[in-house]
Amino acid sequence: MNGINDFTEIQTEAAKNLLYRLADDQLILGHRNSECTGLGPILEEDIAFSSMAQDKLGHSQALYQLLHNMGEKDPDTIAFTRKVNEYKCCHLVEYPIGEYDFSLMRHFLFDMSEAIRFNMLSSSSFEPLAKIARKFKGELKYHTMHAVTWINQLGTGSGESPFRIQKSLDVCFPLALGIFEPSKYEETLISEKIFFGEKALQEKWLEAVIPVLKNAGLVIPDIENVTAAYGGREGIHTEYLKPLIDEMTEVYKIDTGAEW
Amino acid sequence: MSIKSIDPRITRENLSDVADQNPIKELNHWQTYEVFHQTKKGDHHIHVGSLHAPNAEMALILAKEQYARRYECVNIWVVKSSNVFTSDYDDEDIFETTPEKMYREAGGYKVMEKINKYKKERKGV
Repeated sequence: MNGINDFTEIQTEAAKNLLYRLADDQLILGHRNSECTGLGPILEEDIAFSSMAQDKLGHSQALYQLLHNMGEKDPDTIAFTRKVNEYKCCHLVEYPIGEYDFSLMRHFLFDMSEAIRFNMLSSSSFEPLAKIARKFKGELKYHTMHAVTWINQLGTGSGESPFRIQKSLDVCFPLALGIFEPSKYEETLISEKIFFGEKALQEKWLEAVIPVLKNAGLVIPDIENVTAAYGGREGIHTEYLKPLIDEMTEVYKIDTGAEW
Repeated sequence: MSIKSIDPRITRENLSDVADQNPIKELNHWQTYEVFHQTKKGDHHIHVGSLHAPNAEMALILAKEQYARRYECVNIWVVKSSNVFTSDYDDEDIFETTPEKMYREAGGYKVMEKINKYKKERKGV
């Protein structure tokens, strides 16, 4: 077991890089999904989706707090004052909410990876992170239950729903593979048992999502012929991230010292 | 004309400011489900409200966030509203009771509870 102070310099750097990737994904997708509030297809789903968006912001807060405990700036400063190329989120979370089928498919593909990731991290050698991961377990279980039920519902539904959900799968799939963009710290993270690595996660993710998609009658894109949307983890982002950050930080920037 | 709102999300949607004149056909409405939650294992499930859903699975998923996100909850039931058979409010008078039958009311049990509690406490002395 490792605490914050048991790491060497490179281990600390690797752990921080991992935390930034996780926290930024949660913050950006949480913000994106919160944009659906008031626009959801029905009231009940609007409330459920908004509530899960809040869960995501909560997750990002916990991860930024851990970064703060490791010597980084405080959570608000990290979340709201970095330059666009300092964010390490993947491209999947940056895209606009689009039609609801896109938001739902993104929610399914991302949250399945998230649930597996934090399940893996709950046995991380980095105890503070393992503790956070264990805390997320119940929320993530609900998120995946919600997502799987919807995907099944729409995939096996009548009218245009199977067609639309298939189309959103085809759009989201290469983006979702970008979740697993390896960092230069993979070896350190794996050898120190901080995290089992993006490659292992991607394999487990495919094992989990493919049966659900097949069960819903969807055609799985051929992974060999798909180019994963990499770049986000290195700070190279889509055109959609900057407007999102500008809007998200608009109020914060009016008075950065305000007490809430 | 599209709606201009102080909420940027609404403005972005380019929504027409003319109301949609085509109401949803009756058959396209989802069913309503009644939701019951249980705060502790072994407790009764208590009715907390209703919601719209296309089927029972979706009703369960949606009920969790509607009715169990703020309060303690260990279990949820959903029941199609149409499966609930109810008495008629016109028959409300069947629940009236004449005052001469106090012996049939459950008030006496409360006294027994108090007596048992007292006995238990005495034992502890």
